[in-house]
Amino acid sequence: MVRRMINSPLTILGLVLVLLIIITAIFAPVIATHNPTEVNLLSKLEGPSGEHFFGTDEVGRDIFSRIVYGTRISLKIGLLVVLISFPIGTILGAIAGYIGGRIDQIIMRATDIFLSFPGIILAMSIAAALGPSIENVLLALAATWWPWYTRIVRSSVLSLKNSEFIEASRALGANPFRILFKEVIPNAIAPASIQASLDLGFVILAAAGLSFIGLGAQPPSPEWGAMLSSSREIIRDAWWAATFPGIAILITVLGFNLMGDGLRDVLDPKQR
Amino acid sequence: MPLLEVNNLKQHFISKKGFLSEKRVVKAVDGVSLKVEKGKTLGVVGESGCGKSSLGRSILRLVQPTEGSVKFQGKEVTDLNALEMKKLRREMQIVFQDPYASLNPRSTIREILEAPLKIHNVGNKKERKKVIEELVERIGIRKDQLNNYPHEFSGGQRQRIGIARALALNPKLIVADEPVSALDVSVQSQVLNLMLELQQEMDLSYLFISHDLSVVQHISDQVAVMYLGKIVEFGDVERIYNHPMHPYTQALLSALPIPDPKQKRERIILEGDLPSPINPPSGCPFHTRCPFATKECKEVVPALEEKTDNHFAACIHI
Repeated sequence: MVRRMINSPLTILGLVLVLLIIITAIFAPVIATHNPTEVNLLSKLEGPSGEHFFGTDEVGRDIFSRIVYGTRISLKIGLLVVLISFPIGTILGAIAGYIGGRIDQIIMRATDIFLSFPGIILAMSIAAALGPSIENVLLALAATWWPWYTRIVRSSVLSLKNSEFIEASRALGANPFRILFKEVIPNAIAPASIQASLDLGFVILAAAGLSFIGLGAQPPSPEWGAMLSSSREIIRDAWWAATFPGIAILITVLGFNLMGDGLRDVLDPKQR
Repeated sequence: MPLLEVNNLKQHFISKKGFLSEKRVVKAVDGVSLKVEKGKTLGVVGESGCGKSSLGRSILRLVQPTEGSVKFQGKEVTDLNALEMKKLRREMQIVFQDPYASLNPRSTIREILEAPLKIHNVGNKKERKKVIEELVERIGIRKDQLNNYPHEFSGGQRQRIGIARALALNPKLIVADEPVSALDVSVQSQVLNLMLELQQEMDLSYLFISHDLSVVQHISDQVAVMYLGKIVEFGDVERIYNHPMHPYTQALLSALPIPDPKQKRERIILEGDLPSPINPPSGCPFHTRCPFATKECKEVVPALEEKTDNHFAACIHI
């Protein structure tokens, strides 16, 4: 498995990028050269230089340091959204697939309703209704993401639930709860967890999008989407203020996607 | 009192293709009666699709029987509530056909064998450990292999683990659903002999389902021959194998190879396929393929009757 992963240069690139992002987030105070929220009007809109690697923004904050600290916010949102929506989606999907009947109908029609909206629109309306803040972006994205896991897990459970080892468990007198958590879910979770690793990148992108339109992180906070948003008006004078946060988003999403694709190829030979 | 007594058991499945087409009923088991005595083995033989496996599952209530009665130690099983059923599951267990599908690939052998004990709250952690170690020793798997996963074992070893799981709760009856048909012949005899030894030691009764006539002959005390969801012949193993009465049994046995090149034998070759259990033939279910069928066979449903001493057959011409 490890060898197959090493054989794919794109997967390696993905892993390296993800590792880089994680290290940046952890050691942000060490890596950053300035305080990310410190305003210095004397050095506003300076281009990239030895003092300010990525230049400064309209109030003189160091863009490099802001991007470094922004990694923490983006990674936190990505991880938390997946950590909230993945278990919820998995459990609902397993219940729907294993029990079937009316319960299956109810759960799956609920996912249909959620999936019938474009994800970002639904997240926008939820975030707008709850009020703009990072926490609400988290909730809004988690609420739009779980149905995907429900669908994936349900379909793997359907192919599993008539296996002999599940029947053996029933013959032993195990209750449905035990069967679900000890037998069904551990065997149905692999495809959904690959999806989850892919989704980390998309969640970060969606969160940046919400912040860009003003529904997420609020201005002084060094969030990449918010940084892009505030650099719109000065883009003609200071290309660096928009370019570097954009590149940060690009690299992060690309890293998680390459890693997720690589994982899928390694864990699921059928997809190749 | 027999350990297990099944009376007129029916297992019908409803198959519906598309919402406009009419419902069709698959009569997988259609009025089966049988008895398993304590410490004995009843072999059930028949070709694929005759309802042998459905019979086993319906006796254990892994699927709810449509009709009929199953009595275990004189107690009706089919209408027990969930709690009573769980208690009863300690007494009757199942061994499956495919040792590759019957063990959870993500559990270690220890977890697999501990599951029955945990489900029924047997002992504390230490006592359970002892039970598990005795079990694996009994089936010839080393203690240090307990933390391995099923894929690290061969088919025969896996099947022995499946047997150990079924035995963990000291059951009285084991439904063995084609337990050796997925194994190599050399491994088959190993597993069969283990089952015979365990039967002696633990006073087990088996309902042994198989399509393999020689295997059934080897292990059974009594044999029931199934055709299209019905038992067509039933009796002691020697009588069935030496003096088969029903034309279907005779045809089956004529296909058994005899390890003697000089001995001549008459091969009865059946024409056609097993009729569909959705639309079974009228009268005797076997009349479409029976070499001795008469007009009467199409009309009269033959009952399973005692033809000679303890030897039952369902045929109007005997």
